Amino acid sequence: MPVQTIKERNAGKVGVVTIGATQEQGGTRTSVVKIGGESSLPFLHFEGEMPNKPVIAMEVVDRVPEEWNDEVKNAFTGVLDNPVAWAKKCVEGCGADLIFLRLQSADPELGNKSPEDCVKTVKDVLAAVGVPLAVVGCGVDEVDNKIIPAVAEACAGENLLLGFASQENYNTIVAACMVHKHNLIAQTPLDINICKQLNILITEMGLTADKIVLDTNIGGLGYGIEYAYSILERGRLGTLQGDRMLAMPTLGTVGFEAWKAKEANVSIEEFPGWGEQKERGILWEAMTATALLQSGLDLLVMRHPEAVKLVQKNIADLMEPSSV
Amino acid sequence: MALTGLDIFKLLPKKNCKECGQATCLAFAMALAASKTSLDKCPYVSEEAKETLGGASAPPIKLVKVGKGDKEREMGDEVVLFRHDKAFYHPTCFAIEISDKLTGAELDAKIEKINGLVFERVGQKVSVDFAAVRNESGNADTFAAAVKEVAAKCNFALVLISTDPDAMAKALEVAGDTNPLIYCATVENYEKMVELAKKYSCPLAVRGNGLEETAALVEKVSASYKELVIDVGTNQLSQALAELTQTRRLSIKKKFRPFGYPVISFTSKDNPLDEVIEASVFVAKYASAVVLKADEKAQILPLMALRMNIYTDPQKPSQVEPKAYAIGNVTKNSPVYVTTNFSLTYYTVEGEVSGSKIPAYIISCPTDGISVLTGWAAGKFTPDKITEFIKACGIEELVDHRNLVIPGAVAVIKGALEEKSGWKVIVGPSEASGIPSFAKTHFA
Ligand code: B12
Ligand code: SF4
Repeated sequence: MPVQTIKERNAGKVGVVTIGATQEQGGTRTSVVKIGGESSLPFLHFEGEMPNKPVIAMEVVDRVPEEWNDEVKNAFTGVLDNPVAWAKKCVEGCGADLIFLRLQSADPELGNKSPEDCVKTVKDVLAAVGVPLAVVGCGVDEVDNKIIPAVAEACAGENLLLGFASQENYNTIVAACMVHKHNLIAQTPLDINICKQLNILITEMGLTADKIVLDTNIGGLGYGIEYAYSILERGRLGTLQGDRMLAMPTLGTVGFEAWKAKEANVSIEEFPGWGEQKERGILWEAMTATALLQSGLDLLVMRHPEAVKLVQKNIADLMEPSSV
Repeated sequence: MALTGLDIFKLLPKKNCKECGQATCLAFAMALAASKTSLDKCPYVSEEAKETLGGASAPPIKLVKVGKGDKEREMGDEVVLFRHDKAFYHPTCFAIEISDKLTGAELDAKIEKINGLVFERVGQKVSVDFAAVRNESGNADTFAAAVKEVAAKCNFALVLISTDPDAMAKALEVAGDTNPLIYCATVENYEKMVELAKKYSCPLAVRGNGLEETAALVEKVSASYKELVIDVGTNQLSQALAELTQTRRLSIKKKFRPFGYPVISFTSKDNPLDEVIEASVFVAKYASAVVLKADEKAQILPLMALRMNIYTDPQKPSQVEPKAYAIGNVTKNSPVYVTTNFSLTYYTVEGEVSGSKIPAYIISCPTDGISVLTGWAAGKFTPDKITEFIKACGIEELVDHRNLVIPGAVAVIKGALEEKSGWKVIVGPSEASGIPSFAKTHFA
């Protein structure tokens, strides 16, 4: 029997952000990444376009992350103290689309590295891999306001993705992105209105919307993901209805959130009822990603190679055309 | 076709007597149109109006039950496309497959394993929902034999998977009284399957190949039997997502009757991890039941968490009563931890405190059910508010000391809290998982 399917005609769509620049474009990348451009809810190819698939950035830290789960660290044995080798492994071994470099050792309590040292790390990683880079600071605003502008300046032309700009602290980093032509991560705490407001502030400073990626904040599976899921979904629906101050592609720090969960970490000896830890942890990260892909994440920041592999397959399956 | 509130209003008695729980007949009509109430709430509707409205006021997706007693599960009766519009109500049921080729000890072991898929997480007990016996042998007696064993030994209700009506008949002879889900009626076998479903009054799954064939088949079957579950029969994930989205949209927005039933989906992958990831898409997007082969605890637990999350009510976070909770055999010297009254936060902390084996009090401050940092940022978990509750909850009579452990995430409030409350504040770990070792060093 004929079924009159419902196809939404959406007024708005997600803007496209390009990260990285090839030699012709003034950078040194061998590939660039484009995210966004969707004119429907995620993966509904029958009624809209999804010109760019969601991408995976793998997280690399410029100090040995002792506090990380052993299973994640075991996956990077021998390279954890070397961000260059670590990044290479992510690209060559796992097919990471980008590297997400955290300059944690600039934190006064975690190494107090100088802006010059940070710049060198970024340069070294750039030299070692061909994929685009996202670079974020250590989370201490005063420090980040020194290192991120230094990185922006030294890497002019590379079209990096720099973070994080927040409601409390955005001036310096927005200016750095404008002057040296990089992209920006705008971070807000799970609140659509604050998200819009920050975007207005940033665009009023003069950074264009096609240079902004949103981090509306996520919670990990079991720990607040339902809120993140709905915020992303509402943001996407707002975008499709034509709200331009929400229409930027989105990013989520999936690995960071997922590996905080107790379920990802405790051993089977401690919790026999939860089964083997390695598989459980990997799935915890992968499922945090795949659930949020369904509500509109464009760029996933991940850690474990096995989780990355699972999500890559899920994305490939979901990018197949569909028709109804 | 969906009726508007005004269409419905015209057919109501217009007594405005409020017995339906609404202020006026018009309000009742509006609520009916939005599927927020049911026609039987009004005692005065005429038979004629019932006829006309029956279809329109029925829920857009029928509620279907599988299993009996403790094993019973409800599926369907969803009213929105997006959880933020209201909530999703009937959590996706997970069915784990069992091949009827298994016999004896092997079959027992498999049943045991599925019975073990029960989990404790944040104060809740959750489990898989069904055992799905598949007639892989192709033999009717073999199928019935396996079904009989599973019905007797498994703690969950059954899904019977066979397209052979003879095999299904034999299986129902041994398990028809447990209200299993019969899977499935197809274009070829539906007449016989419907007969069986009627005979045992069991729910029946109807499988088509794509939307149109499925709708046509449901139309035929539902003319005589309405306890249905539908399967659009698609394997490829993005196509399945498209079709699941359409079944939900058409039932909710257009009240398209052939899709007004819970939907069941099967994973298509061989590797259990891939299967579980595939299932995560079905949980988020509209499946009322998912059948999978993966059966390891580590594989199922993430799905349990996702289901709990997607099916929580987004309007009101689940809360615990704000008070001083005694964990274990407390004394006047037991340590005191403070946290919020958000269930997730409280139970995470409670699990660790009881795991530390050192009896203690946990004070759950009234934060309207929000987490530690959210509460702090929203001004509901501040030195003032915590002090107020320390005085109000009676902890000062319960213990002789004045030492309070706070979450590491709000270390910044230490000074102010000490000043306000007069208690000595100890900054605890930022993750609750650090509590056992913290307790050992501080309180053992
Ligand atoms: C989900 C969420 C929300 C939900 C609220 C859900 C809820 N019921 O709490 C919503 C969307 C409503 C929300 C709103 C806001 N949020 Co909010 N939210 C989150 C999010 C994503 C997860 C929080 C969560 O549920 N965590 C899980 C629970 C279990 O964690 P927890 O309570 O902290 O408990 C852990 C530990 O603290 C520890 N612990 C707990 N108790 C104790 C006790 C002791 C003694 C010890 C030792 C340990 C311990 O154990 C637990 C597990 O390890 C976080 C970011 C993130 N990814 O963490 C932001 C976050 C907490 N939110 C934030 C903010 C700012 C807000 C808003 C104020 C934004 C706004 N609109 O202005 C609002 C306030 C809402 C209001 N007015 O009521 C900020 C806080 C920033 C800061 N550092 O102060 C965060 C960190 C996001 C960010 N990065 O900016 N939020
Ligand atoms: S119970 Fe019936 S008659 Fe009375 S107010 Fe409600 S709709 Fe009207």
